[in-house]
Amino acid sequence: MAPFDVVQIFGKAVGYLIFLLIGMGFGAALEISGFGDSRVLAGQFYFREMRVLKVMFTAIITAMLLIFLFSGLGLMDFEKVWVNTTFLWSQIAGGLIMGAGFIIGGFCPGTSLVSASTLKIDGAFFFLGVFAGVWVFGETVSLFDGFYNSGDMGRFMLPELFGLRTGVTVFLVIIMALIMFYGAEISEKYFGGRKSFAEIGLDPRRHMNFIASGALVLAAAAVMIIGQPGPEEKWNMMGAKERGALEKREVYIHPGELLEIMNDFQLYVRIIDVRDEGDYNAFHIERAVRATFDDMSKPQFVRDLQKTGPGTITVLAGSGEAGSTRAYRILRAQGVSNLYVLSGGMNAWLDVFGIDEKVAKKINARTGDAMRYAFLKSVGSTVTAANPAGKIKIDFERKVKIQKKAAKTGGCG
Amino acid sequence: MKFQENPRPYINPYLGGVLLGIVLFLAYYLTSNGLGASGAVSRVQIALVDLVAPSHVDRVAYFAEKAGGNINALDSGSVFMLLGVFIGGMLSGIANRRLKPETRKGPGITDRERWVFAFIGGAVMGYGARMARGCTSGQALSGGAVLAVGSWVFMFCVFIGGYALAYFVRRLWN
Repeated sequence: MAPFDVVQIFGKAVGYLIFLLIGMGFGAALEISGFGDSRVLAGQFYFREMRVLKVMFTAIITAMLLIFLFSGLGLMDFEKVWVNTTFLWSQIAGGLIMGAGFIIGGFCPGTSLVSASTLKIDGAFFFLGVFAGVWVFGETVSLFDGFYNSGDMGRFMLPELFGLRTGVTVFLVIIMALIMFYGAEISEKYFGGRKSFAEIGLDPRRHMNFIASGALVLAAAAVMIIGQPGPEEKWNMMGAKERGALEKREVYIHPGELLEIMNDFQLYVRIIDVRDEGDYNAFHIERAVRATFDDMSKPQFVRDLQKTGPGTITVLAGSGEAGSTRAYRILRAQGVSNLYVLSGGMNAWLDVFGIDEKVAKKINARTGDAMRYAFLKSVGSTVTAANPAGKIKIDFERKVKIQKKAAKTGGCG
Repeated sequence: MKFQENPRPYINPYLGGVLLGIVLFLAYYLTSNGLGASGAVSRVQIALVDLVAPSHVDRVAYFAEKAGGNINALDSGSVFMLLGVFIGGMLSGIANRRLKPETRKGPGITDRERWVFAFIGGAVMGYGARMARGCTSGQALSGGAVLAVGSWVFMFCVFIGGYALAYFVRRLWN
């Protein structure tokens, strides 16, 4: 399912050719829109020629509508789409600096290349300047590394920021764009055409194409009504490979392996306990944190799990395996990688490592996914069984594969 | 001769935007990634430095990441996209009779002044683009379409920066 990675599918020769073709479409679209002309671009900042705003926002909302429509209809897995990582402070600083460069030089990097391609000399000089600028940045970034990496908020999207559903956010962005287009039309006639407001007439009907605007609002409403798939639907959309990993038990790790990796100082292991609060308080593995299924659908929670540096592993632990397997499906569908399930759950953990008879007694389970140990008191993780490192030698099959998250960078990265 | 004919006018900006948006969507659909330019410029720059001074590239962490040791900085789809931008721009320029050596500038300055300011502006922009991890296309356009918070903040900052300085450099354009 889309989105694809043409280089992975077709190899570099064909893949890079497709990149070249996309680039050609990009260059041609910029050129016919007038973005190869510095006067057109600079006009934006004197309110007389609003092409930059019109073209950019039309492009953004067109692509946005298509992306979320395809995602909503189950034709594209949005989790696999690269969303630029938010580094708040460096993006604010970089944006302000670029705004200054824009008005001084009259281009942005992509448009200067388009300009140079049609033999505009100022475009060529600007492009050479960009070249120098990125070079100097590379040489000097080590001086302010801390700032460059500050405000890392991961895959952070507007719907989460505003606490709105994605479809609602899309709708509001469309409304905002339409208001901006209206303002742009008025501005061009006022500042560019040097007409008074009375001559221009502020009635939107004189300035807006109502068929096109109406079509946009309808498309946005459709995206809003269709909505975006939830975690369970996303899991069903995921391929046979993902389901196979569960069916073949590739992601179920033996308690012995969990004990080994949680005490490996080169790894960062997060253990998520999916049992209820009572079971968790009675006993849990050292450093395990409890999470409910509700938590697992919250963007903030998932985002923290997605921030996986190399050597980060997340292990889900339930009483048996039913709860943790469900959690696996929910989290995996939201793009959490290096994810594993404790095989046999906490019951198996206690079977393997044992627990003091004065603390807990083995009982017959009430149902399939309940604890088979009755705790006489709540010990949390204060007993040896919470981390019996080095106490017991056991054999198990190793299944954890330490893999880096697919190294992806944005279009500009 | 083509040059003597008048260039065709630019198309309706909203139509241009729709075309650009479709290209952007296709980029996401086919490559999981948006459009971009400045990252590839950075790669070309690193590759050139790597030709002359490979040991320097290995020492500077920011460069080494893309071209340290045996890694080829040009081995990336984004570089081919950048090449495509140039070809696509040129083809459109030819088709619309806009392929012509000239300098576009405000009426109040000379060509030479315009080139100097273009170079300075480009350098400032290149520096800012790398700091923001992307330029107008990679951040504002691509990140904007997938609703990335940082990209929207970035986009507004570009406009704020431009408008804040516009009055002081009005001689360049008016």
